[in-house]
Amino acid sequence: MTKKKEKFEDLLKRLQEISELLEDEEIGLDESIKLYEEGIKLSQLCHTKIEEAELKIKSLKEALASDQTEV
Amino acid sequence: MDLFEKEETKILSVSQISSLIKKIVEETFSQVVVIGEISNFKAHYSGHWYFTLKDENAQISCTMWKGMNSYVFFTPQDGIKVVVTGRITVYPPRGNYQIEVRSMKPAGEGELQAAFEKLKRKLDSEGLFDTDHKKSIPKFPEKIGVATASDGAAFKDMISVAQRRFPLLEIILRPCKVQGEGASEDLAKAVEELNKLDIDLIIIGRGGGSLEDLWAFNEEIVARAIYNSRVPVISGIGHEIDFTISDFVADLRAPTPTAAMELATPNIDEIQSFIYEIDRIMNSRMDEIIRLQSDQIDSIMHSYGFRIPQNLIATKRQFLDNIYFRMDSSIKSVLQQWKNQVILLSRILESFDINKTLKRGFTLISQNSRLIKKSADLDKDKSFNIKFYDKMIEIKK
Repeated sequence: MTKKKEKFEDLLKRLQEISELLEDEEIGLDESIKLYEEGIKLSQLCHTKIEEAELKIKSLKEALASDQTEV
Repeated sequence: MDLFEKEETKILSVSQISSLIKKIVEETFSQVVVIGEISNFKAHYSGHWYFTLKDENAQISCTMWKGMNSYVFFTPQDGIKVVVTGRITVYPPRGNYQIEVRSMKPAGEGELQAAFEKLKRKLDSEGLFDTDHKKSIPKFPEKIGVATASDGAAFKDMISVAQRRFPLLEIILRPCKVQGEGASEDLAKAVEELNKLDIDLIIIGRGGGSLEDLWAFNEEIVARAIYNSRVPVISGIGHEIDFTISDFVADLRAPTPTAAMELATPNIDEIQSFIYEIDRIMNSRMDEIIRLQSDQIDSIMHSYGFRIPQNLIATKRQFLDNIYFRMDSSIKSVLQQWKNQVILLSRILESFDINKTLKRGFTLISQNSRLIKKSADLDKDKSFNIKFYDKMIEIKK
């Protein structure tokens, strides 16, 4: 099953969550390294998304027409 | 009075007199402009309007046909004073007369204001402006539906704001008629249509204009469409000073369409510095964790338990060193004894030194590298050596 495209908002939320989890005093080395790796990957993904972002503009009449042809 | 004289006047049927009245009245009042207050306003489902115009002392019925009333930019309400233009028509079957209205306008801007206040009060009492009903605006919208004029400056401004602030966005425009005939219906329909799409937010708006230009946004039909919207709605209508009914119903009111897009979108620069900040926090925290862990290893290595083997080793080493020193000093004393012995012996040897004897005039005879100690040992026919104290000479044969 292919994973649905992650929402940018969710990426940011997870990133913040990771930084908070890392702040935990009790965190072990293995877990912190795992979280850190995930965090760095996420942050790079976010940066890439921002850099490659291009505003998309659709007009509804066209959108509906193309929706119909797809059906 | 002579009763019979009356009998000579022509007797008219009801229809005849009605027809005469109709002719006279309709010819005389083919173009009238009348000011009055609207009451009993009814918009029939057929599209025709029926209402009464009145003042303190009189009232008159009015009709406005479908094709005509679509040019009225506002929806009339009871109590609003209007100026209507039309003609008087007489309806014989009911024996009444009415104004057939061709055009209608508010008697003054104050009247529109009154209509506005009246609708506002009505919708407010129905709860359309309740803060409890207002939906929260998503922080990071992915898709925004925009209901506005496709060729207006407002939409162009919105695009440039979105481009600058949050280019990850997808904008879906539902082109709308924003003023004049049918504008309010189109706006309401636009909100309904956008609600069918998978979008996070709707912006409804238009650029600045006169009160009349903005009026569609004061219509009940638009207000109800916004209220019923599943998707949160931001309104951005006209300029900062313009307040419309739509603004009160919207989940968030922006002073202008441009501001609406600003409120709808997060700032990409802020997000980027937020991510950089998280990067920095994660890195420094990771360094800290590693440092803490290695400190912990160090402290374990320096603990008493780990020091015991080291101490044992050190003790043994000291023991070995002691033995070494003892062995060293005893071997040295043995060697010294031997050394003394050698000195003693060499002194004895010195007393036997041959050179001292040679200096006194003795010589040593040797043949074939052997000392000749008695005359019989010397072979007189062969060479032999004589060693004096200063040098050795060879006697050749």
